[in-house]
Amino acid sequence: MKWLSDDKLNYLRTVVTNPDFGSTKYTFIKELGRGGMGTVYLAEDRELNRLVAIKVLNTPDITEDLRNRMVREAQIIARLEHPGIVPVHDVGTLPDGRVFYAMKFVRGSRLDEYAAVNDSIRDRLRKFQAVCDAVAFAHSHGVIHRDLKPQNIMIGSFGEVLVLDWGVAKILRHGDGEMGRHGDYPPVPASPHLRVSFDTNAGTIIGTRDYMSPEQARGEIDQLDERADVYSLGAVLHFLLKDQPKPGRAAEAICLKAKADAKENRYSSASELSADIGRLLDAEPVSAYRENAIEKASRWVSKNRFLVLLVLAYLLMRIFFVFTSRP
Amino acid sequence: MLVMDPDTDIGGPLHKFPATNHSAIAGARSDDQLTRRRAFDTILTSYWKPAYKYIRLKWHADNEDAKDLTQGFFVNAFEKNHFAAYDASKASFQTFLRTCLDGFVANERKAGRRLKRGGDMDHYQLDFATAENELVASDLSPEDYFHREWVRWMFTLAVDTLRQRCEESGRTIHFQLFERYDLRDETDVSYASLSNEFGLEPATVNNYLAAVRRDFRRVVLEKLREITATDEEFRTEARSLLGVEVK
Repeated sequence: MKWLSDDKLNYLRTVVTNPDFGSTKYTFIKELGRGGMGTVYLAEDRELNRLVAIKVLNTPDITEDLRNRMVREAQIIARLEHPGIVPVHDVGTLPDGRVFYAMKFVRGSRLDEYAAVNDSIRDRLRKFQAVCDAVAFAHSHGVIHRDLKPQNIMIGSFGEVLVLDWGVAKILRHGDGEMGRHGDYPPVPASPHLRVSFDTNAGTIIGTRDYMSPEQARGEIDQLDERADVYSLGAVLHFLLKDQPKPGRAAEAICLKAKADAKENRYSSASELSADIGRLLDAEPVSAYRENAIEKASRWVSKNRFLVLLVLAYLLMRIFFVFTSRP
Repeated sequence: MLVMDPDTDIGGPLHKFPATNHSAIAGARSDDQLTRRRAFDTILTSYWKPAYKYIRLKWHADNEDAKDLTQGFFVNAFEKNHFAAYDASKASFQTFLRTCLDGFVANERKAGRRLKRGGDMDHYQLDFATAENELVASDLSPEDYFHREWVRWMFTLAVDTLRQRCEESGRTIHFQLFERYDLRDETDVSYASLSNEFGLEPATVNNYLAAVRRDFRRVVLEKLREITATDEEFRTEARSLLGVEVK
């Protein structure tokens, strides 16, 4: 028997671990990232001659039930057609039995990387609002993400915002949109708490500690609703504001409201949060903060800066004429 | 688009070797003498070499002592049915075996006994000379070294099993491709050069290699399954061995 060097051993481990796309239309290129449940690989779609990101479940002995649930997860995400949600192109099974799904390969940077080189608060807030809108869309279809964090948000090369990694998403109910209507998809069971993730037993903690709501951290899986995502969005907003010297009281109040410990005190939906961010960007009063008279005036001046400048200029001219026209 | 030829898989039309789902650890608890003997054979085959190297490194035993202690440990474990006492809820089997090994060597050293080789181990051909030649200095802790050598030995056995199965199923060319590409020492081997060397279409080289790697993966997992007691331990060891997280 031939002795295997450390290098050879490491190589053989990758041979065993890397997915075998041999019977698919994809060619393996490299590993992009490894998570608790799945690993994402870069691959080439040979038929369409384009790069894709392929997520493969990390398990050597997948059961039929697990396989079905992952396929269903891919189908559910595929139906969330929104510019802010990474589209799923394909789902299938590898020769070794592992399920994979192919997604758009997003070129760009993660939100945390993006924020490290873009410190404009308005730009960050606009990106954040786009995240809220994508999440609100998913909520309207009865899907909660449960693992929102800067590392799961991509900013594309053209500034587009995409929410990734719906691997632990949970279906709360049938949405208001297309889900369950099309005959070409298997209907989603009408259970009020159908779970599509793989580890959602009560008491199981899913998500990322710094960004998860208190109820999620306590493992109260059955208690999770859209407001758990609102909390995570608040944590993302906090991340975006924390290095800003003066984020403003309204922005801080929005952040605090989204991150309230009791879910009853948070925004009831991501769209409410998005609306408040929109008002903040438009220098309108936000629902999370009651202004005093000075702040109101200051905001009004800030919003109507051009008009104020015109009036000031006019007044200065008048004063100038008054003084210069004196005999 | 590459299309898989259904006949290219060494596992046959179903792309599968016969599944080996039995666990040697479970077999070690059997009341049936033959089952226990088979289980012992599997455990011995899987662990003698890392055990020998570990004794050489941790216990600073010379090669003759290490041979005696390795054989003595396994004979003693089989005669006293030590492996049946393994409790999967407390540790991995690998950790259990290493702890037993430490206890055995410590006792033998304390008693100052000189173990006699042979006896029940005579029919096992344990190639200690090769194991000795493979010894290299390591910065790892003895425990990590044991694990590393166990992984190395697992993969070595898996390669050997793959070779046997390919030969038995008349697909030696698959293994030759695997050997030339995945076990090669040279860096200038490519699919194109293999295509020329073996007189195969590049797509066929690609398909054969994909098939044989798939079977290699299956063999590795079979070996792992054999020497783990429970599904949980299998998953944990898969995570450790292959770096895959398993829920």
